[in-house]
Amino acid sequence: MPTITTLPSFDAAINRFDPVMGMEVHVELGTTTKMFCGCSTEFGAEPNAQVCPTCLGLPGSLPVVNRVAVESAIRIGLALNCRIAEHCRFARKNYFYPDMPKNFQVSQYDEPIAFDGWTDVTVDTDDGARVFRIGIERAHMEEDTGKSLHVGGATGRIHGASHSLLDYNRAGIPLIEIVTKPIEVPPALAPAVARAYVTELRELIRALGVSEARMELGQMRCDANVSLKPTGASSFGTRTETKNVNSLRSVERAVTYEIRRQAAALDSGTAIVQETRHWHEDTGETTAGRVKEEAEDYRYFPEPDLVPVAPARDWVEQLRGTLPEPPAARRSRLQAEWGFTDLEMRDVVNAGAVGLVEETIAAGADAAGAKKWWLGVVARTANERGAGIDEVGITPADVARVQTLIGEGTLNDKLARQVVEGVLAGEGSPDEVVTARGLAIVSDDAALGTAVDGAIAAMPDVAEKIRGGNMGAVGALIGAVMKATGGQADAKRVRELIVERLSG
Amino acid sequence: MSAPELTRRTAAELAALVASGETSAVEVTRAHLDRVAAVDTTADGGPGVHAFLHVAAEEALAAAAEVDAQRAAGERLGPLAGVPLALKDVITTADMPTTAGSRILEGWRPPYDATVARALRAAGLVILGKTNLDEFAMGSSTENSAFGPTRNPWDLTRIPGGSGGGSAAALASFQAPLAIGTDTGGSIRQPAAVTGTVGVKPTYGGVSRYGLIACASSLDQAGPCARNVLDTALLHSVIAGHDPLDSTSIDQPVPDVVGAARRGADGDLSGLRVGVVKELGGEGYQPGVEARFHEAVELLGKLGADVVEVSCPHFEYALPAYYLILPSEVSSNLARFDAMRYGLRVGDDGTRSAEEVMTMTRGAGFGAEAKRRIILGTYALSSGYYDAYYGQAQKVRTLVARDFAAAFEQVDVLVSPTTPTTAFPLGEKVDDPLAMYKNDLCTIPSNLAGNASASFPCGLADEDGLPVGLHVMAPVLGDDRLYRVGAAVEQALVAEWGGPLLDQAPAWETS
Repeated sequence: MPTITTLPSFDAAINRFDPVMGMEVHVELGTTTKMFCGCSTEFGAEPNAQVCPTCLGLPGSLPVVNRVAVESAIRIGLALNCRIAEHCRFARKNYFYPDMPKNFQVSQYDEPIAFDGWTDVTVDTDDGARVFRIGIERAHMEEDTGKSLHVGGATGRIHGASHSLLDYNRAGIPLIEIVTKPIEVPPALAPAVARAYVTELRELIRALGVSEARMELGQMRCDANVSLKPTGASSFGTRTETKNVNSLRSVERAVTYEIRRQAAALDSGTAIVQETRHWHEDTGETTAGRVKEEAEDYRYFPEPDLVPVAPARDWVEQLRGTLPEPPAARRSRLQAEWGFTDLEMRDVVNAGAVGLVEETIAAGADAAGAKKWWLGVVARTANERGAGIDEVGITPADVARVQTLIGEGTLNDKLARQVVEGVLAGEGSPDEVVTARGLAIVSDDAALGTAVDGAIAAMPDVAEKIRGGNMGAVGALIGAVMKATGGQADAKRVRELIVERLSG
Repeated sequence: MSAPELTRRTAAELAALVASGETSAVEVTRAHLDRVAAVDTTADGGPGVHAFLHVAAEEALAAAAEVDAQRAAGERLGPLAGVPLALKDVITTADMPTTAGSRILEGWRPPYDATVARALRAAGLVILGKTNLDEFAMGSSTENSAFGPTRNPWDLTRIPGGSGGGSAAALASFQAPLAIGTDTGGSIRQPAAVTGTVGVKPTYGGVSRYGLIACASSLDQAGPCARNVLDTALLHSVIAGHDPLDSTSIDQPVPDVVGAARRGADGDLSGLRVGVVKELGGEGYQPGVEARFHEAVELLGKLGADVVEVSCPHFEYALPAYYLILPSEVSSNLARFDAMRYGLRVGDDGTRSAEEVMTMTRGAGFGAEAKRRIILGTYALSSGYYDAYYGQAQKVRTLVARDFAAAFEQVDVLVSPTTPTTAFPLGEKVDDPLAMYKNDLCTIPSNLAGNASASFPCGLADEDGLPVGLHVMAPVLGDDRLYRVGAAVEQALVAEWGGPLLDQAPAWETS
């Protein structure tokens, strides 16, 4: 397959084509046990330590539906304004792969538990914030597969591997797959809308408490479907499905890339192949997945080992009562509580930091302080690392602690920044970083006195001005002391000591 | 008590002898193990019954000793404690191999006991070993076993039925007084009919399927097999009941099958309404089978039942529908046998891909019938064919269930012959799958509808002197009705014959 070396710019691409997107997001539920057996779902156990006859698919074993998983699925469906099926069945999706213990996946096919919903997402535009309604096609329950580790190949992919190791701890972990209806938005906003949707969904999942939805741990996985049609055309073009786009930033980048790539192909008269594509975080490109000779036929049929799920209407209504505040309403409320301007709030939302700021405030910080750290050094670090701001090793409690240390006078802003950087570097909690780096403000008069005396001696002319009553010159001496103490001096006390010494 | 005498006893009698201390569970077990050694394979290399794929003598004697110890300690024993049993080798056992009659599972030792196996052990039953079957319970003759056929004790040149031929033959040759079978389309009832024994397919969901290696999940049902009705009922009550590990298991009280068997033995069926299924008889049915069946129907009338003819018009479509639904489920259920985790692995020489090893293993590990059904089912579920095959078959299934529902508004039980013919010679139908499938014409409708059915001995066909089965069908959760009818017929016929039907079996064995 020829590689396209020069791609049109995004603007050039959307000048000629309208993108249509469809997002498929898998969420690993945070249930304590698996979808169809009692095995633990805890992350990080020894390979194949959390398995039993059922999730290993041993002959004779049978599945039993996890009630909590069904409850989570219904709550997700309700939060996405879906209709909840009165009666739905599981289905078997048949295909052979070594990490699938039964060589079929128990999923839902034509009878999803939740369907026909929507959620609103907000994106920034030059004309201010705009709200788009994303249609939800369906949300259904299924079981996860095991994990294959291919050994000996260059890239960890199966090609070229000498052998493979299989870990079935993940096999049978409950998943909810949430599929949107086709998303058609102003072309220029398509990548941002895709990102905003995944951001919104993640926020919703977390607010529901059904999963931590940590993308870097695979708890939330996103497949982005993209197709192009000539500007203004009504029928959709051929789509590609870019699999495992596993960070918010990547969602935006992958959609952007696919729009450009497909535009280049269409411009050159090359038909788009309906295929799955791999996303490469490092190069920001997608590449074709395995080319299939024929369309995969999963031979779905109703899972005969399970009885239909028929959630009682009063149960559904009871679950509706447990839904958290919708994210948009919550944002308005928090904005008012925090006293942020629209612009400030939008920054917090765009950074995906609403929950983090809220938790930081709950842990004792003031609103402005909380926002400052998350949107400042933490966001920059996350950006550098290509990770989410909640994925860089600092917690709301850490940020609140830093603010507390500032309030107590232990840190000033400059030292606090160093403490935050230390936490981000994995050096431990704020208190541990303060100790290890020796960052606390020096307010001890003996130590400060020496530095003050040194500064006065070094700058006799400035000292003379102060003696003459020019208090504006104090700043220069304070600056010298701060420099001498590596910024750790208590500036207020330094000023007092200088005034004491030069006004007598 | 001499060993031959013990092997001729009923399960209820054996349990009573053990409970009273007249004999021990170990003695009973040893007698049956000796019988197995004597008749299952013959010393001169000639053909034995070959009912067992695995004999667990050591484990059986240990289980029996445990029962004896419990008795010695003054513990109350269950109604079948100390009685030996033959377990169809499609039920998982942690202490014995479980093969499902397939090369692909040869030597596999499950890490867990099926719920049925646990229930049997908890009740003090002694599992002698695992019995032969058609591979993955697919067949009507036990000739599809990867480990050689089982022979019919009535005539060692004939089939013992299938798929549970091993269990039925073990009973008929007095190797065990009790056995467990599984019935997907007749695999308990057809072997019972052709060996002159009793076999009951409980209501679907009446007995846990957890640990039953699936043939077709929506049709499979484990059930009790014995030489008489009361023993069958006693075993039924041991294995039946709700199992939280099986989502399709029924969470309702088990029908009083033992009480029904005892009441039925009074021989009074007055008030019982019996329907003879018009569609199950006539062309294709052996005259001797029809003759015995009609006599049995007459007998039901003599015992006080009101007998009428009932039409079930959709039963004629049951067989083709079954042969779409079953292979569809089989194609998916058998997908897991891929050499990756357990069982046979072929071709893994370090140069081949997982996919190649899977293909080679499945090619070498499955027999012809398993492959045939995997191919049929894969086809039937394929996109573009699903509606025409699997979808239509499910509609027929609903119509068959409606036929039953309508019939059971008029009558309490339905009857038919269990099989169209008596046991046929080994090899006669191995190359003609359709002829083989037709053996299950009468039994399949109950699997599609999930209702309870049973086969009881009702005599020998005139032309070949081989056993004929009376097939009784009851509504869902009406299992007790089967036992009432079976026990009433049994007491009348045993009186007429002057002893159990099996007493008329030829004495083929050497001492």
